Amino acid sequence: MLARVAENVYWMARYVERAENTARLINVNTNLLLDLPRKVPFGWGALIDITGYDAMFKERYETADERSVMRFLIADTMHPASILSALDNARENARTVRDIIPREAWEQLNHLCLRAKNDLQLGLTQRGRHDYLRWVILGCQTITGMLAGTMTHDHGYDFLRMGRNLERADMTTRIIDVRSANLLPDQAEHAVTYDNIQWMSVLKSLTGYQMYRRAMQVRVRRPDVLRFLFKDARFPRAFYHTVCEVENSLQDLPRNDAPLRLVVQLQRLVNESHPEALSQAELHEYIDELQLRLAEINDQITATYFSLGAQVSTAA
Amino acid sequence: MTIKWKDYPTKGIYDELMRGGGRARDAARSLCQYLRTLSDEELQERKAASELAIRVMGITFTVYCETEGSIDRAWPFDIIPRVIPKKEWEVIEAGLKQRVRALNMFIDDIYHEQRIVKDKVFPAEVLAGSKNFREQCVGISPPLGVWAHICGSDLVRHKDGQVYVLEDNLRVPSGVSYMLENRQVMKRVFPELFRDASILPMDDYPSQLYDTLASISPEPKAQPEVVVLTPGIYNSAYFEHAYLAQQMGCELVEGSDLVVGDDDCVYMRAVEGLIKVDVVYRRIDDLFLDPEAFHPDSMLGVPGLMRAWKSGRVALANAPGAGVADDKVVYAYVPQMIKYYLSEEAIIPNVETYLCDDKLQREHVLANLNKLVVKPANESGGYGMLMGPQASRKECEKFARLIRKDPRNYIAQPLLTLSTAPTLVNNHVEPRHLDLRPFVLSGQQTYVTMGGLTRVALRKGSMVVNSSQGGGSKDTWIVDTEAG
Repeated sequence: MLARVAENVYWMARYVERAENTARLINVNTNLLLDLPRKVPFGWGALIDITGYDAMFKERYETADERSVMRFLIADTMHPASILSALDNARENARTVRDIIPREAWEQLNHLCLRAKNDLQLGLTQRGRHDYLRWVILGCQTITGMLAGTMTHDHGYDFLRMGRNLERADMTTRIIDVRSANLLPDQAEHAVTYDNIQWMSVLKSLTGYQMYRRAMQVRVRRPDVLRFLFKDARFPRAFYHTVCEVENSLQDLPRNDAPLRLVVQLQRLVNESHPEALSQAELHEYIDELQLRLAEINDQITATYFSLGAQVSTAA
Repeated sequence: MTIKWKDYPTKGIYDELMRGGGRARDAARSLCQYLRTLSDEELQERKAASELAIRVMGITFTVYCETEGSIDRAWPFDIIPRVIPKKEWEVIEAGLKQRVRALNMFIDDIYHEQRIVKDKVFPAEVLAGSKNFREQCVGISPPLGVWAHICGSDLVRHKDGQVYVLEDNLRVPSGVSYMLENRQVMKRVFPELFRDASILPMDDYPSQLYDTLASISPEPKAQPEVVVLTPGIYNSAYFEHAYLAQQMGCELVEGSDLVVGDDDCVYMRAVEGLIKVDVVYRRIDDLFLDPEAFHPDSMLGVPGLMRAWKSGRVALANAPGAGVADDKVVYAYVPQMIKYYLSEEAIIPNVETYLCDDKLQREHVLANLNKLVVKPANESGGYGMLMGPQASRKECEKFARLIRKDPRNYIAQPLLTLSTAPTLVNNHVEPRHLDLRPFVLSGQQTYVTMGGLTRVALRKGSMVVNSSQGGGSKDTWIVDTEAG
């Protein structure tokens, strides 16, 4: 399989997953907002910090109010994690690999892209936002499902699965980070009251509430939620599960030593850690560390498979 | 209302299907009879079925547009095929083989001893003024002495019924995928016709192409690594590049996918590592092939590719420099080439061509500009032409100046009246002008496609068949009337 084609498939999957998770990220904040009492100071700026594009945001917008943040996260095509950019990028990557992916998946992606643009004004209103985000998520899930169900599970699919899971791992940590960010003073009286409700909204935005109840069989509490979202091996959006999926995909690929080593190290790190015992500040650092590791894995995959040096002269 | 062949006009023009007076030519008789039995609704249904098939099969050509990115447009297709009797086709086939053989000998001669120039059959001045002559290719001997492995020659039939060669495309001729897909569409839309008539198959082109490419591999191998090199998705022929790669089971690569090693071998960057490539079917023009040898700023090519080709580590099809014979002045000498190299008379004649470089011929051209078609020697796709009979006096004057300034770069030909074929226009048939592009493969063996791509000018009276300018296409049937 051509390196370029593998790279395009990988990024197509990453961008589809990114669009979906940006929508989830917005949802978690919206839900939090609804649950919190009016007197609690609460902002949209935290969402921007979490995307890692705060410098770009500050350049382009005056204040981090709901309107600007929504525009930045949904519609700003300069921002690579905005829903529109992610879908556009997914489509551009898919275009060159149309003979690799099933036609229906390409058509669905095309359709999703067009609809996301057409209905944008609706998506930017407070009332229309929920529906807009809901079908963005649904549309992305449809593509993922079509690919799982109709694409031959060959090397191309391995790259697709790696892209999807690395992106999902990264975004899961960011969604948890929304809650861990300094939205509320840690020890404030009223914070305790609302703590559990807020973790519930994190779970719900990851479509993980039901699965959490089944897996943990306890009511929603911070330590259990953290253990579930970071360390569960079976929930598809749990961090550890996604890393195992990457490992699994790599096992099928040739020349997998270097990337596999990094993935196994990350698995060990998660297994041996106790995120439930961390304070909010420590949790934030822990999440930073995981994101750094994911970036390293991405770089190693790129170096191993996508950017073969021209200096190799006696390969055959 | 069904098709009324009696009302179909054929006066003064050669029609491919009809003789006039509502009588069909022998090879088209059963087709015309069949079409007459279809009601309007049925014709519309078939037309809609063809459009659906084209959409479903994803047959498109690409138009790039600033705001929307590149747009894939559905391929305009007419459901009434063009029919050629097998007997006539056999003559054309022999003529094309003869022509391409002579052209390949000419190119090989030009890059070696230049005997044809020394023997004064081909003028040295013409060669000196050639834009597609590549200094870098002098002295190179590609495998089997073949330079133009894939040739697409445009044939037209004049109103006198004679078929002429209008031009030879020896650089990166395109259109063959549409020829193949047109047949697939027809089989879906008119399966019953294929059961009853003896229409000769053309579907083995991709295998023939693969065999041709494999036969020029530098190392004899059972399965040489063949790749199709495309400029990328924004190229108008990208659909064809992807289609051919898929049909041959080869990788479709872009320049950045290939790398030339210190060992002068070409490798492709694959997930498995670097894989050695034996044959590159390149669909990129010479000048963009290798930034080291040609345009240094070309992003499309592969640095070092010419070096690899010259050292014989990789085969390129078509070979760089093959375009030297793809020049309208050189075209005028093809009948002489055939005589010179093969001691034969040309089977398919050229269109009468006046070379503006020759004083007498130039004077004739300048005196008759309003009757002639003037073409620049090295453009393709119908650019920079003067259609004398339709041109204003101002345009004629402009071309007179251009010709005087650079006579080597212009030729002139009489205006041909292209033959027509019945084409479906709102439920009835009207004659539309067309041409034919067959493809000739040269490797260990020579192979001519069974028929070719028929392009049809969909606008009434128009002779412009290019898809970018309102042209469409038809399936082309070679029919064996004797097979019963």
